[in-house]
Amino acid sequence: MHEPEQLPALVNDDDWLVHRGRYVDTTFLLEVGDTPYLVRIHKGRIESLARGPFVMPRWTFALRADREAWEKFWEPVPEPGFHDVMALIKFRRLTLEGDQHPFMANLLYFKDVLARLRGGAQ
Amino acid sequence: MTEAMFEPIIGRYVGLELLRKHHRLYIEEAGQGIPLVCLHTAGADTRQFRALLNDPEVLENFRVIAFDLPYHGKSSPPEGWQEGEYQLTSRDYVDIVMTVCEALGLERPVVMGCSIGGRIVLHLALEHAAEFRALIGLQSGAHVDPYYNLEWLHRPDVHGGEVCAGIVSGLVAPTAPEAGRWETLWHYMQGGPGVFKGDLHFYKVDGDIRDRVAEIDTSVCPLYLLSGEYDYSCTPDDTRNLAHLVKGAQMTIMKGMGHFPMSEDPESFLSYLRPVLREISGGAA
Repeated sequence: MHEPEQLPALVNDDDWLVHRGRYVDTTFLLEVGDTPYLVRIHKGRIESLARGPFVMPRWTFALRADREAWEKFWEPVPEPGFHDVMALIKFRRLTLEGDQHPFMANLLYFKDVLARLRGGAQ
Repeated sequence: MTEAMFEPIIGRYVGLELLRKHHRLYIEEAGQGIPLVCLHTAGADTRQFRALLNDPEVLENFRVIAFDLPYHGKSSPPEGWQEGEYQLTSRDYVDIVMTVCEALGLERPVVMGCSIGGRIVLHLALEHAAEFRALIGLQSGAHVDPYYNLEWLHRPDVHGGEVCAGIVSGLVAPTAPEAGRWETLWHYMQGGPGVFKGDLHFYKVDGDIRDRVAEIDTSVCPLYLLSGEYDYSCTPDDTRNLAHLVKGAQMTIMKGMGHFPMSEDPESFLSYLRPVLREISGGAA
C-alpha cells in the first residue's frame, strides 16, 4: 500500500478524478488505527493533508477503521469484505461519522480517492 | 461499408393487466426450447442478461426471456405513478412473475433471478413450486441486514443515479473486467427516482422469509443457488445458511464474482451456469 501522506499527489495528478470531484469542498478525518489525518479538499483537489494527533480538529465527516482493516483495503486485490468502504461498514470494521452528505453525494469520487492508496510498495 | 451485426435478441412491448392496472412491459427474448425467465436486480433492467441472451450454446436448448419490471428499463410505470411512492412487495412481485409467465403461455418455465430476483425465486419455490421446472437463485439469501440509510437513494440534493451506482459499485468484484463493471453501473445510473429504494423495501423489509425457507420442497422443483464471493449484500454465508436450511438445494460459490455475475463478468458466470442448465435440460447443452 501507499502511505496516506502520498494521497494528495496520487489524487491531484489525475485530472479526470479531480474533475469528477469539482463540487467537493470539505475537510474529512481519515483515521488509520491510532493515526488521524485531516484531508482538506477544494474543487476536487486535495489542498492539504495533515497528520495528527490534533488538539481541536474540525471536520465534516470522519472515516475510522483500525490499521489492519485499511491495510487489507489497500492491498492491490483486496480479499472479499475488505474491498470496498461500504463492505467495511457492513461488517462493522469502519465507521462513517458526522455529516455524510458530501460523502454520499460524491460517493464514487470518494471511493476512488480512497482506493488511490492501493498498490505501491508492499 | 460497415455491415450491421444484429444480435439474436428480439425486444417487444406487451400490454397486460398487472396488479389491477394496465401496464406496458418491455420483454426481450432469444433462443428456443425450455423457457428460461430471467429477473434483473433491484434498480436495474434486462440489459444485465445480454450475454446470456447472446450465448449460442444456451440458446440452442433454452428460450431465454427477460422482462423489465414496471418502473424499470423500458417498462414505464402505470398511469398515476406520480401520486405516490414506489414500493415493491413480495406479494406484488410474485403476482408480476406469475402473470407474465401465464400471459406468455409458458409451460413450466425455469426462473432465474438475481438479488431481489434471487429472493423472489424462494417465494416462488414456497408458493408455486409445481409450476416451475427449476428455480435458480443468484445472490440469493432469505434476508439482508440493512447496513446504510436508504434515504440517501432518493432525495433531491443527491443525484439518484450517481449515488445508486456508488452504493452498488463495491458489490462488483474488484477482479471483474472494467467493461462489465461500468456497464453494470451505467444501468444503475439510469434508474428512475426512488425505484432502487422502492425495490429494496422488498429486499430488506418486506421479503424476509428466514422462518419459511425450510418448507421449500426441492423434490417438487429443484433449486440451484449460485453466489459470488465478493458480494457483501447477500454474502456467501447468507447463501450457505440458506442452502443449509433448504434440503436438496444445490449451492455454488462463484470465485472472483460479486453481486451482478451475469453482467459484471459474463464469461466467467456462463462457465458456472452452463452446467446447471445442462442438468436442468437433462444433459443437452
